[in-house]
Amino acid sequence: MATSQTPTPAAEHRHHPAWAHQFDDMDQQREASSFAMWVFLLTEIMMFGGLFTAYLIYRLKYYDAYVAGSSSINVVWGFANTLVLIGSSFTMAMGVWAAQKGRRQQQVLWLVLTIVLGTAFLGVKAIEYKDKYDECHIPGQVIGKGFNATGGIGCSGEGANIAEELQHPKNANGREVPGKPAAAAEQIARQTEIFFVFYFAMTGLHATHMIIGIGVLFWLVWRAHKAEFGPEYYTPVENFGLYWHFVDIVWIYLFPLLYLINRIPHR
Amino acid sequence: MSENTNEKPHAHPTPGLYLIILSILVIGTVLTFFASTWDMGVFNPIVALTIACTKATLVILFFMHVRYSSKLTIVTICAGFFWLLILITLSLTDYLTRI
Repeated sequence: MATSQTPTPAAEHRHHPAWAHQFDDMDQQREASSFAMWVFLLTEIMMFGGLFTAYLIYRLKYYDAYVAGSSSINVVWGFANTLVLIGSSFTMAMGVWAAQKGRRQQQVLWLVLTIVLGTAFLGVKAIEYKDKYDECHIPGQVIGKGFNATGGIGCSGEGANIAEELQHPKNANGREVPGKPAAAAEQIARQTEIFFVFYFAMTGLHATHMIIGIGVLFWLVWRAHKAEFGPEYYTPVENFGLYWHFVDIVWIYLFPLLYLINRIPHR
Repeated sequence: MSENTNEKPHAHPTPGLYLIILSILVIGTVLTFFASTWDMGVFNPIVALTIACTKATLVILFFMHVRYSSKLTIVTICAGFFWLLILITLSLTDYLTRI
């Protein structure tokens, strides 16, 4: 067989199967793809930004209700979920690295680990939502009985009746401390419903993003398994990594804003 | 692996660096969890958000490779945060000035 000239690197770039011909070479294609993904993430900032702003405005207006709502969600689950998501960001970054290095088995491993951690996050969220359902803290007429003064009847869980909790709060040692008068407690309990509107809207939208992300991850695992990614072309993994890290960043802000409003023991 | 003489070398983070960033993020999470139990008055939310912003910055710079990205990427991200700043501050000028 006659030897052919070794193609120049630029020509090699142009012959990659994933090269789309409107781009000069793979490098320019990657730049354009990355820019496009960032612009999409800007639209995501707009979507979540709107919710964060509305959350902030109501927090300024109904701070006591936010404190009551925040106290009634389990901070340990939230803390655990934050660590799980940060871990999944690490495994995702490692997946991108492995794809860039062309290590097929490692790519698959790290992406699968990301799926596992993402699913663990959703599992914890399911437990949290179930707890809220049991305590009747889901906004609306159907389930939201925990926000009424006489609420909590038929709802399980210590914190079910918010008005009651506000009137007779217990400190960290379990001793009762002075609470709020009945009328104020009832009003705050009713206002707590808006906190839970934001809790479910924001964590629900976030969880939806997670579910979509996990779906895409399955597709990426399949492609990685088929050795489609290597040093020349790992754009899908890298750009999905951007999306996944963005979802992680949203949770990094959600955790303190929803779970850590007032956790000072004696207050 | 072919020599890429046409493109400038792309610096990339190493797994070791990723592990360091992961550790800092975990420490930040633990810190924010315990800081929420300390009575710092009006500084509680400020400390919580400062830690959150630091964590977000680390994720953006290293996990999302922005530290090694083009100026176009950096401008795009700054534009996004600038937009968010406008949304929050201008909305607040309405609500905070209501009698």
